[in-house]
Parts: sequence; C-alpha cells; structure tokens
Amino acid sequence: MTTSSYPILIIVVPLMTSFLIPLVGWWRKHFCYPLMIAALSISTFSSVAILKEVIEQGTLHYYLGNWDPPWGIEYVFDHLNAFVAVIVSVISLLIGISSKSMVEKEFSQKATYFYCLFLLQVTGLLGIVVTGDAFNLYVFLEIASLAGYTLIAIGEDGAPFASFNYMLYGTVGACFYLLGVGYLYIVTGSLNMADLARLLPSLYHSKVVLIAFAFFIVGVAIKMALFPLHVWLPDAYTYAPSAVSSLVAPLTTKVGAYVTIRIMYTIFAPSFIKEMVPAATILSWVAASAILFGCILALAQTDLKRMLAYVLIAEVGYISLGIGLANKNALTGAILHIQNDALMMGSLFLVAGVLASKTGFRNIYQFKNLHKKMPITMAIFVVSALSVIGIPPTCGFFSKWYLLLGAIDEHQWFFVVVLLASSLIHAILFFRVIEIVYFSPSGEPKQDTEAVVKGLDEAPLSALIPMILLALGILLLGMLSGKIISVIIQFAIPKSL
Amino acid sequence: MMIGFYAMIGKKNLVKKVIGMNIFQTSIILYFISIGSKKGATIPVVAHGHAGPIQATQYINPIPHVLMLTAIVVMVSTFGVAMALIIMIYRKYHTIEEDEILKLRR
Amino acid sequence: MEVIPSLRPLLAILISGIAAILILLTGENRKNLREFWTLLASILKFFVVISMIPMVLSGKVMEFTLLTLSPGISFQFKVDAFGLLFATLASALWIATSFYSIGYMRGLQEPKQTRFYFCFALALHGAIGVAFASNLLTVFIFYEILTISTFPLVAHKETPEAIAGGRKYLTYLLTSATLILFAIVFTYSLTGTLDFVPGGFLENKGSNNILSLLFITFILGFGTKAALMPMHEWLPTAMVAPTPVSALLHAVAVVKAGVFCVLRVVFYVFGPKLLLDLNLGLLLAYFASFTILASGMLALAQDNLKKRLAFSTINSLAIIILGSALLSPSAITGGIFLIVGHGFMKITLFFVAGAIYVQTHKENVSELDGIGRAMPVTMGTFAIGAMGIAGIPPSVGFISKWYLGLGVLEAHETIFLFALIGNALLSIAYFFPIIYRSFFKVAKAPLHAGIQEASMFMVIPAALCAVLSLCLGITPNAFVRFFEMALIATKQILKLG
Repeated sequence: MTTSSYPILIIVVPLMTSFLIPLVGWWRKHFCYPLMIAALSISTFSSVAILKEVIEQGTLHYYLGNWDPPWGIEYVFDHLNAFVAVIVSVISLLIGISSKSMVEKEFSQKATYFYCLFLLQVTGLLGIVVTGDAFNLYVFLEIASLAGYTLIAIGEDGAPFASFNYMLYGTVGACFYLLGVGYLYIVTGSLNMADLARLLPSLYHSKVVLIAFAFFIVGVAIKMALFPLHVWLPDAYTYAPSAVSSLVAPLTTKVGAYVTIRIMYTIFAPSFIKEMVPAATILSWVAASAILFGCILALAQTDLKRMLAYVLIAEVGYISLGIGLANKNALTGAILHIQNDALMMGSLFLVAGVLASKTGFRNIYQFKNLHKKMPITMAIFVVSALSVIGIPPTCGFFSKWYLLLGAIDEHQWFFVVVLLASSLIHAILFFRVIEIVYFSPSGEPKQDTEAVVKGLDEAPLSALIPMILLALGILLLGMLSGKIISVIIQFAIPKSL
Repeated sequence: MMIGFYAMIGKKNLVKKVIGMNIFQTSIILYFISIGSKKGATIPVVAHGHAGPIQATQYINPIPHVLMLTAIVVMVSTFGVAMALIIMIYRKYHTIEEDEILKLRR
Repeated sequence: MEVIPSLRPLLAILISGIAAILILLTGENRKNLREFWTLLASILKFFVVISMIPMVLSGKVMEFTLLTLSPGISFQFKVDAFGLLFATLASALWIATSFYSIGYMRGLQEPKQTRFYFCFALALHGAIGVAFASNLLTVFIFYEILTISTFPLVAHKETPEAIAGGRKYLTYLLTSATLILFAIVFTYSLTGTLDFVPGGFLENKGSNNILSLLFITFILGFGTKAALMPMHEWLPTAMVAPTPVSALLHAVAVVKAGVFCVLRVVFYVFGPKLLLDLNLGLLLAYFASFTILASGMLALAQDNLKKRLAFSTINSLAIIILGSALLSPSAITGGIFLIVGHGFMKITLFFVAGAIYVQTHKENVSELDGIGRAMPVTMGTFAIGAMGIAGIPPSVGFISKWYLGLGVLEAHETIFLFALIGNALLSIAYFFPIIYRSFFKVAKAPLHAGIQEASMFMVIPAALCAVLSLCLGITPNAFVRFFEMALIATKQILKLG
C-alpha cells in the first residue's frame, strides 16, 4: 500500500470543506468562496501528485482504514484513474473559480449553499473515479447525483421540473447499477473490482453474470446520457443555472464514460465483451446513432445552451463508439476524448453561462456583433468550436484521429462515415453561430475606435481567466497528445487489446 | 420492483411517481437482504460467552445488511430531495400533475 | 541527400504567427504600427526562407522535429527543393501584397482592417507551414489553418453576397478536408507512416483497386483547393473578397497550396512509377485537360474582371497538374516552375484589377474602354502579365509552356499538346480584348475624366511583379534560382540525382 496520504486527501478535503461551508457562511458569508477554492486546489494538487507517482511507480493502492482488500474498501490509482482524476479536479477548480460572478448575479442569497453543494458534487465525482470497490462507487454515484439534482433545481423557470425528471431517471440508473453489484456479489462474494476481475472469468457462462452486466451497462448508460437514455439531459442542462451547467456538463457524463470503461475492461475482460456477448458491437451501434442523433437535433435548436446539450450527447456518442470498437486505437481515442471533451464542453458551457449572465442572451440570433462587446469570450468560443469540429491543431482533432484509426482497423466503414459526417454537421452548427456573431452587417460603414472601446463589456476576470486557460489547454494539449498518450494513456489500455 | 417502475413511468401525479421510486428502491434493498439469508442460520451476533471457532454457515451474511444500511440512507435522502423539488414545483405551477405542468410550460 | 537539423523552418513559420498576435494586440488605434508589423514580418520571413536556399541547392535537406504526435508520425518540418520553391514564392509575394494592401485598404477605407491583417498573417503562417511540412499529418494541420484563417477574409465585406460566398467557401473546403482526412487515416492504416518520400512510399502496400480509390479520394480532396473541376466553383465566388485577398491567396497562397499538396501526393506519396503502373497519371491528365479547356471557355464568358481572372487561375492550375500528371522529367520541371511563374503573373493581373477598382469603382470588362490612356502604367503591367499567362516569350510563362510541351512529347501522349495549344489560344482570346479596348477604344461616355494612376503603394508592387516575371522569363535563375530548385526537385522525385 502506498504511504502517501494524497489518495485520501483528494476525497476528504472537499467532503469536509463542504460540511464546513454552511457553518462558515453563517458566520461570515464571503469566506465561503475562498474556502471552496482552497479545497479544490488541494484536491487538484493531490490528484496531480498522484498522477506523477503513478507514472513513475505504476498502480497505487490505498487501503481505507488499513483493512486489506477484499474485506476493506480500497482506492486504486492506475493510469486511467489518475488521469481522469486530474481532469475532474482541474476542471472543477477552473469552473469553481469562474462561478463567483455568475452566482453573485443569479442567486446571491443562496451562495453559501451553492458552494457547499458544489463541493459535494466534486467529492462525489472524484470518489467515483478513485474508488476500487464496486459498492463504494454506488455511494459516490449517489452523492454526486443528489448534489447534481439539487444544484440544477436552483435555476430558473423549468429547472425544478427538469431536475425532478432527472432525478427519476438518475435514480433508476443508480438502482440498476446497484442491482448489478448485488448479482455479482451473489456469485462471487466480493465487491472489490480487482477481486471481481479475478473471480469472474470462470463464471462468464452463468446467466447471473450476464444479467449483472446488462444492468450495469443500462444503469451507467442512463447516467452517461447515452442515446436513447439521454432524454433527461437537454432539459436538465438548459434550465440549470450558468454556474452549474458549466460544472456538471463536462464532468458528469465523462465520469459515467469512465465507469463504463471500468466495467467493460477492468471488471469484465475484453474477451467477454467482444466474444461472449456482442456488447461491444451493440454499444458501438448505439453510439453511432447517438452521434448522428445529437448532431442533427442540435441543428434544430436556437437556444445556445440546448444546442450545446445536444452536442454533448453526440460527444458522449464519440467516447462510447471508441469504447465499443474495442481495439487499441479506438480506446486511446476514447480516453483522449474524455480529456478533450471535458475541456471543450467546459469552455463552451462557460461561454454560454457568461453570455447568459452578462447579457441575458440565450437565443443565438441575439448574438449579432457580440464580438465587439465581448471579444475575448467569443474568441474562446471560436477556439472551442474549432475543437469540437475537429480542426487541427486543436485537441479535438487528435481524438477524432484515433477514433477514425480505430474504426478503420475494424473495417467498420459506416462508423468512419458517421465520424466524418458528424464533423461536417458540427461545422455547420458552429459556423452558423460564428457568422451571426462576427459577420452580421453592422450598419456602420466606418469603424469608430471610441465607439468600440465604449461598447466593450467583457466578462469579469474571475470568469475570463479560467476560460482563457481552458482555451489555451485546447490549443496546446492537442499538440501534446502524442506525449500524453505515450506517457499515460498507453498504460491505461488492457494488454489483451 | 416492476410495480415501482410502472408507477414512476405510468402515473401522472408527481407524488405517486416518488412513491413508485420508493417502491423501486425498497425492492432492491429487500433483494439484497434476501441474498444474505441462509437455511437455518441465525442473526449475525456472536452469543455472549461463545467458545471455539465460529461456523460461518450458522450466521446469516452481515455484509448485505451493512450495504443496505447505506442504501437506505441514500433512499431517504433522495426522497427528501424529491419532496423538496415537488414543493418547489407546486409553488410555481400550483399543480402536481405532470400533464398539466407540461401544458403550463409550453 | 544529406539531412541537417535546423531551426530555420520553424522560425520562418513562426514569424507570421507571432506577427498575427502582435497585429491583433496593436489593433485599430495605432494603424501604422500594425502595418509595420505586417511589413516587418513579411520581409523577415522572406530573408529566413532564402537563407536556406544555398544549402538546398547543394543537395542538402533541412529538418526540424517538434513533437511526436502519434507512433510513427511526428510534427516535423523538412525543407527540400520543392517546398522551398513554394515558400520562397509565397513569402516574396507577401511582401508585395503587404504594400499593396496598405494602398488598397486605405484607399477604399475598408472597415475591420485589424481582422484583415491578422487573418492574412495567419494565412501565410499556414502556407509556409504547408510548404515545409514533412508528412501528411503536418500538412493537414497547416492546410486547415489556411482554410480557417482565409474564411474571414473572404467574407470580409459582410455584405449578403460576401457572407454567402464565405459559406460556399467553407462548405467546399471543409467537405474536401473531410475527404482528405479519410485518405490520410487510411494511408496510415495501410503503411504505418505518413512521411513524404521522393518517389512515393505506397508501392505494394495495397491492392490496385484500393490504391486507385485512395488516389482519387486524395485528388478530390486536395484538388478542391487546387480548383480542379468540378470542385472549382468556390473560386469565382470567392472573388467577392477584397482584391489583396484574391491576389495573394487565391492566386498564390491558397490555390497554390492546393496544387502543392496535389503534387506532394502525386510525387511524394504515390510516386511516378506507381502511378504509371496504375494508369492513374493518365486519368489525372485527362481531368486536368478538361479543366483547362472548360475554364478557358468559361473565362471568355465572364464580364466581371476578377471572375475572368479567377477562371484564368483555374486554367493555369490545371496546367500545372497536367504537367505533373504526365510524369516525364520536362513536364514535371515545367509544371513546378509554372507554380512560380504563374504566381508572379497572376498577382500582377489581380493587383491591376484592384487598382482599377479603387480608382474608378469599376469591376466589369465592358466598362474598361479607354482606361489604358488614363492609367497607362497600370494597364501596361496588365499587358505584360497577360502576355505571360498566354505564354508569349520572353515572359516566364513561355519557359514553362516550352518545358511542358517537351514533357508531352517525352511522355508520348501527343493529344495533350492540343490542350496546351488550345489553352494558349483561349488565353489570348480572353485577355487581348481587354488590352485592346483599354488602350485603343474610346469610351462611349466620358467615364474616365480625371482618373489618374492609383497610389504608389499599389502601382509599384504591380509593376515590380510584372518586371520580375519578365526577368524570370529571360533568366530563370535570376536572384533566387527558382529554376534550379525546380530541376533539383524533379531529379529527387524521379530518383535520378
């Protein structure tokens, strides 16, 4: 077992801080925000330290309470884990920093509770990522989900109802997952993921295991918003307040995708999903329809956030397609896309949130000439949009590259066509907005410099800096993809692929 | 479990949906507990003054019970959140029938 | 071939990238400083590029690897004769265009000039990157940078036609980019490498059918940017852009990048031998000839001067491709040299068209009667450029046509001689009336009272380019030894050197 305490810090600090915040808020309100940032920073620092250790030493194990597995709960950090943990904590930190202005604007009297729930959500997400115990995952899943339902319900108009719907769906999903855990427990007597992986292969022919697998996948698919179980997502993310959708959108679905990878490749071996049960094939076809469906429906939307929600569904489709194709290149693409998508969706939803909170504009046709008022924000939008379309040198291109390679390796030409066609549809989608923003006829023949400066109403610094960092990440991490793959992702892929 | 599931989907009243959700979750909890039972075994408490090694087959499996304690807590908190949401919805729309809410939203 | 690692290719590319950022930061307030960045960057870039000429002429190749993007593919630059030829052309003409743009944009008091110069610098960044890229993926990255950075330039005027033109531009180029991406990924999955090798690397890597299909996909993809028919439609529509854009980009940088990539595919990916075996060279030659003749005829029908020049460009580009498709030494040399010659000649013609527009706001050929007497220097340069395109000695166009003719005979495909002769006749037919009318016809109404020569910023670059095209015709190796580079490239491609 590893002797460093970073593994437990990464969970305990946000958890304890989230309990502290209501107390601190009752005493002095404006301490809550710095406290939250401090907690998130410690988490980020821990996750980076863990990643560094994992790269140097290989998989880390941490036994909770010093109980050996499989009797006790253990936290396992292998390359996949540590990588996703870094992504989750960094993005939460950046979104946390940027949430200040939006919270102040939209619901300042509830700010304390917002920060508390925010931290709970992050705790839940991080817990899902780091745990090595199947039941522990359920607990953290529910923590994250409950915090999510509540956060979404703070929003305007249709938010409580959207959150209620989300809750119904989400609970069904989590309960299915729990059922899956139960079935596996009956036949193996263990809840530890590594232990299950050891015990299951001899049981693959049993019906119980098959049903467990089915329940697992459907449950996680609901959480991940995989078509056709995505119905809760557009409403939930559209009506959520700006600060919330920018946190929840990039992370929840990606963590769900991570769980799918764990189930399909760690607990159940690749041979199970490829040969015994055509799960991989089914998943890839479902994913392809998710991509198409998401893209096409996004075209019909005029509300920016709703459009982004459908794009998110398509992105989840990409990752699932990579998981479903089940070969080395495709899985590399899927894991890389987890990182890229978190960055892209984070910055896109943040832009949408800032726009809504600063200007009140939701409909894209209201965005005429917005680049005069908020040039940096719109520039970040352009960079993120280019990444979603998949134009080099942004990071989105590189994950698409690997997904394409994976599809060609399997000689699945239909998926190749889907991947390429969806890029074009994304291009139409985003260039429509870019055209409205940058190229609407302004009616003024000459550029008056003073008028330009006076009209400048850029986003507040607390939101701007995280956005710029995300955009820089999109640009730079693309070029560094090779390094990331050779150092981290390569080891996250099961050897048998 | 299926009754609960049906209630969640089929009923229009929000409270009935929540009741369905409750039934759904309770059924899973019962299922887990039933896993732990063994023929002719007793509760997992070692009798005071018991000597010698413990025979595992004489005590029912305590682990599912423990897991379900956690699950019950989760169920209760979900229920609490659901109730809070229903109150918010009622304040806004003055009805808790799903179809009427959808009509009001359009 | 000796390979030398060197920082200079990276430097050459980065100069305009950095300039772009400086231009953006300088903004509208300090116009002269902003223009200064553009001029400085163009001159510096040119000097860095030509500093590499002596080494390349002595047979060495300069290389610089930045990162590994993927196993077997790195983000790498290699300066060989062919790439250096294109880079020298682009950077030299950027200097001319920068001076010209200052005159044009200020003469017309165009809005949004900062965006204009920013995108221009980025476009050159892309063009030189394409020239120096050493493998298909790096080429693709810079190719896409070119597409994205030139889109705002096409839609610059923001009129409905400009926006529609921009949309068409994007549609054509992004769709072709999708095809290119597919072809590149497929090549990688066939061979595991994407590096350009003189003489090609695809031999024996796949069945004849697959290789032919791959070739056609590549040509459809890159050929769109090279305005090969039937993918040419975007070019006449893009003439809605301001003339400096049409001049540099759509006569030199963008379309030449397309032709450059087509030639890279023909010579450095497939190779002459493979294409001869598959009879694909002949197929391409037929397509090119069709384009030559059809575009020539369409040029006759255009009244808008810039559109006529656009079709003339399509014409010349197809001749370059024809030269390469013939796969014989003289044809290859002639084709490559025409890249240079055509660049100088066409840019002269576009410069004149723009000067006429600034002074008279006239765009159509039918309105140009008698303008030669009002603007003799301008129309004189037009005459020189037109002469070159038609291939009349002693201009540089004649040398290329001569070599192409020799190449046709070497390849024993005499039918293409008819295409070349037909093209010469058509060029005379669509240029000569312009020259005749402008000098010798009297205007019906006194349209040209008080018209003088355009500002020196515009006339001098035009005149200079015209004079240079004459010089290059008389001594092809003047100044920077273009012809020798073309010869070296030919030898490397045919593995004769």
